[in-house]
Amino acid sequence: MAMIRTPKKNLSINPLKSSTPLGAALAYLGVDGAVPLFHGSQGCTSFALTLAVRHFKEDMPLQTTAIDEVATVLGGADNLEEALVNLTKRMKPKFVGVASTALVETKGEDFVADLQGIVARREELAATKIVFASTPDFAGALEDGWARAVTAMIEALVTPGDRRETPLRQINLLPGVHLTSGDIEELRELIAAFGFTTVVLPDVSGSLDGHVNEQYSGATTGGTKLGDIAEMGRALHTIAVGHHMRAPAEALQGLTGVPTTLFPSLVGLAPVDGLVTLLTHLSGQPAPASVKRRRSQLLDVMLDGHFHFGDRRIAIAADPDLLSTLANFFGGLGAEVVTAVASTGNSPVLTDIPADEVIIGDLTDFEQAAAENGAELLVTHAHGRQAAERLGLPLYRVGFPIFDRLGAQHRAMVGYRGTRDLIVDLANLFIAVRPEKRPADFAHMLAPVPASIQGDASHAPTATC
Amino acid sequence: MSDALKAKIADVFNEPACDKNQAKDEKARKKGCSKPLTPGAAAGGCAFDGAKIALQPITDVVHLIHGPLACEGNSWDNRNSASSGEKTYRVSFTTDMSELDIIMGNGEKRLYRAIKDVIAKYDPPAIFIYQTCVPAMIGDDVEGVCRHATEKLGTPCVPVNAPGFVGPKNLGNKLAGEALLDHVIGTIEPDDAGPCDINIIGEYNLSGELWQIKPLFEALGIRIRACMSGDGRYTEIAGAHRAKVNLMVCSTALINVARKMEERWGIPYFECSFYGLSDMNLTLRTTARLLVDQGAPADLIERTEALIAREEANAWARIERYRAELKGKRVMLYTGGVKSWSIVAALQEIGMKIVSTSVRKSTEEDKERIKAIMEDPHMVESVPPREMYAQLKRGDADILLSGGKSQFVALKAKVPWLDINQERHHAFAGYDGMVTLVRELAKSLRNPIWEDIRRPAPWDAPSGAFPFAEIEGHRS
Repeated sequence: MAMIRTPKKNLSINPLKSSTPLGAALAYLGVDGAVPLFHGSQGCTSFALTLAVRHFKEDMPLQTTAIDEVATVLGGADNLEEALVNLTKRMKPKFVGVASTALVETKGEDFVADLQGIVARREELAATKIVFASTPDFAGALEDGWARAVTAMIEALVTPGDRRETPLRQINLLPGVHLTSGDIEELRELIAAFGFTTVVLPDVSGSLDGHVNEQYSGATTGGTKLGDIAEMGRALHTIAVGHHMRAPAEALQGLTGVPTTLFPSLVGLAPVDGLVTLLTHLSGQPAPASVKRRRSQLLDVMLDGHFHFGDRRIAIAADPDLLSTLANFFGGLGAEVVTAVASTGNSPVLTDIPADEVIIGDLTDFEQAAAENGAELLVTHAHGRQAAERLGLPLYRVGFPIFDRLGAQHRAMVGYRGTRDLIVDLANLFIAVRPEKRPADFAHMLAPVPASIQGDASHAPTATC
Repeated sequence: MSDALKAKIADVFNEPACDKNQAKDEKARKKGCSKPLTPGAAAGGCAFDGAKIALQPITDVVHLIHGPLACEGNSWDNRNSASSGEKTYRVSFTTDMSELDIIMGNGEKRLYRAIKDVIAKYDPPAIFIYQTCVPAMIGDDVEGVCRHATEKLGTPCVPVNAPGFVGPKNLGNKLAGEALLDHVIGTIEPDDAGPCDINIIGEYNLSGELWQIKPLFEALGIRIRACMSGDGRYTEIAGAHRAKVNLMVCSTALINVARKMEERWGIPYFECSFYGLSDMNLTLRTTARLLVDQGAPADLIERTEALIAREEANAWARIERYRAELKGKRVMLYTGGVKSWSIVAALQEIGMKIVSTSVRKSTEEDKERIKAIMEDPHMVESVPPREMYAQLKRGDADILLSGGKSQFVALKAKVPWLDINQERHHAFAGYDGMVTLVRELAKSLRNPIWEDIRRPAPWDAPSGAFPFAEIEGHRS
């Protein structure tokens, strides 16, 4: 059980958080034919867009209501209307996800009512589904924005109804923001191995997986289809991954009655065993050979890899669910999480993290604590590179943003196979920095030896003997 | 917005040295130069973004952003502006205002305490404090806090009053320039002013470009007193008013700084570019002439000519080896401002064909130069991504040279792309930079992946496109 500590400070030096509206935008981008729209100043959008492009190495649609000073004072409803009309005309999206920003939330208007009025008034918006989530930057971080957007989509787009008597062989998957395209792909394959189709919401494995189209599109291509979202009530079961997906999962269950299981993590042998048990139960069929083989491979890599993890001192900084997932993973391989820093304090998973304390803070807290606690490896997003440089420690990049490496989206760490690859990656990192032994490394072994042990100096070995 | 900021913006808009501005009538000038944004069809950064771009390359000061998380959290450590030593500018400082700070109106107090903490921990020569939308809206007086903190704590606190909602990036550049003029330049008297001192204004040392041209000046005995702001130091900029000539690089961004320094300290300035050989020549020549006019040794002119002759010959000799493979290749240039013409000449010289060049951010003068140098001047305004994709897809050009925004338009159309804007990782300035540019062009065009990825997939290919032979075994 970890103690939660929030250092009292007057500023954030090297922030760990990414903003709440950006989390919402990423969720909206997981829908097919989508354009996220930030209700705020053009800078709010442009910074978020640039950061997302640097991470995904993909262009993506992200629009702004371009609130200027006058609109800030007089109210932004006109801008919202104009933006919706303009972007539907120009980019022809099937779906627009609106996320508010600190600027308009500080002014505090009734955005939902504004939006209802606009949609009722403007015929040209009739063919476009529009959803709103309240995501001010000053409250929460990436996870919160993502979860609020997913909840908003479920509430607005899923057809409500009682649970079906004969559900389809379909599983709903609600991945947290920390799951990559590669992770979703991995889970979809695992679920398919039991004979189920999967509807993923949001599905960034279709839209942000870096594909080359044969035609130009202003909106996202790939991602969850609106029709599939509407029909989520047909599913046999819903699987949510990450604690921040509890609210969206509850919303979906409330609307459709589809039973739901929430997995706090799907990294590591035991969590994946949990998922496989559920799938076996739901399908009424034993795990197929391919799944068994993957598990066996993971066992083997755990055996080969554990030498490199035992007693390793690890420092992790991330959003709560990713932090919890990784801390449990490292702990499960015998490593010690000596520093755990979370971006926000609003998650119940933090107290269960296997570390003495969890700091709610920034990358400066992380750097300082990692140094004090003698960490051997830093695990955080790309902004940790400066700390790694200063401390002379290796950095393993996880989460968002990873702007200085390729392929962040394709890396998977969930499932038997993802965990296997994660162990291999990390073990290789440890092997790469393993120094060659020198006599000085063992200087501490021997306490000063008294003369009684040393004996007569004349008996000392000489070159001649 | 405060009256002071309003007056400042009006002043910046009324820039007499800006030829675009001077071409307008009185009424249009009053409206300012920022075009109203279209909601749902806008791109580009805000004023705060522009202010930070202009000042963040000052390496030894703390850049403290007053606002909620996103303004700084989504944008820090994002440019390749290089430093020869100090690293403070890469550390991110933000007051990260919470809901409570906003509701309770704690912003100013939080900011003051943040300043105190930063001085205690980092002891920087100065702190630049950036205003953003939310505190501007709730009325946090950043200038007041800075005044108070400077007085009480002894470290200069420079307010950069450019909240995002006042306008676009370009306005932010200028407001940043105003901050330098009001609070930094002229505040420290250097004891080593000399007859061959210059400042460079609007050069951000991206990928180390400043160091590609610095040795050229040094070879002539010309000293760069201050660079605003690439690899800049606070004291250098504070003493910049003792330079003899200002070189203004990124034409419109900091024109107010150059003009007002001329007004206040009589320092002549000229617009220049380090891109392309002929422009580099012109820059060196003009610098030398202006210095000599003010009392620098007269032989500087001859020495400059000698250096130009040597460097240019050297560059051409190095470029020559790429001529054969680049000859006839078609380039689409999508940039703006000086770059729309400054590299055209060099590319044409080695036999490349410029299909089109964009003049989105170019002045009338820029356009005249394009007409003068281009064989068949095809100037385009802004091109929507959909259209650019169509042009590239049908093979209008062999390569696109642009900024990061159109990177994926080219790549997804399976056309080579070379980054010539701020995110670039190669230095393209001066004689050496031109050689690098040509080498990068050749490297990109020559890559075998282009042919490979344009080939149809096996399921789309005609039969026989992928011949394979069975091993002929001997059956007995």
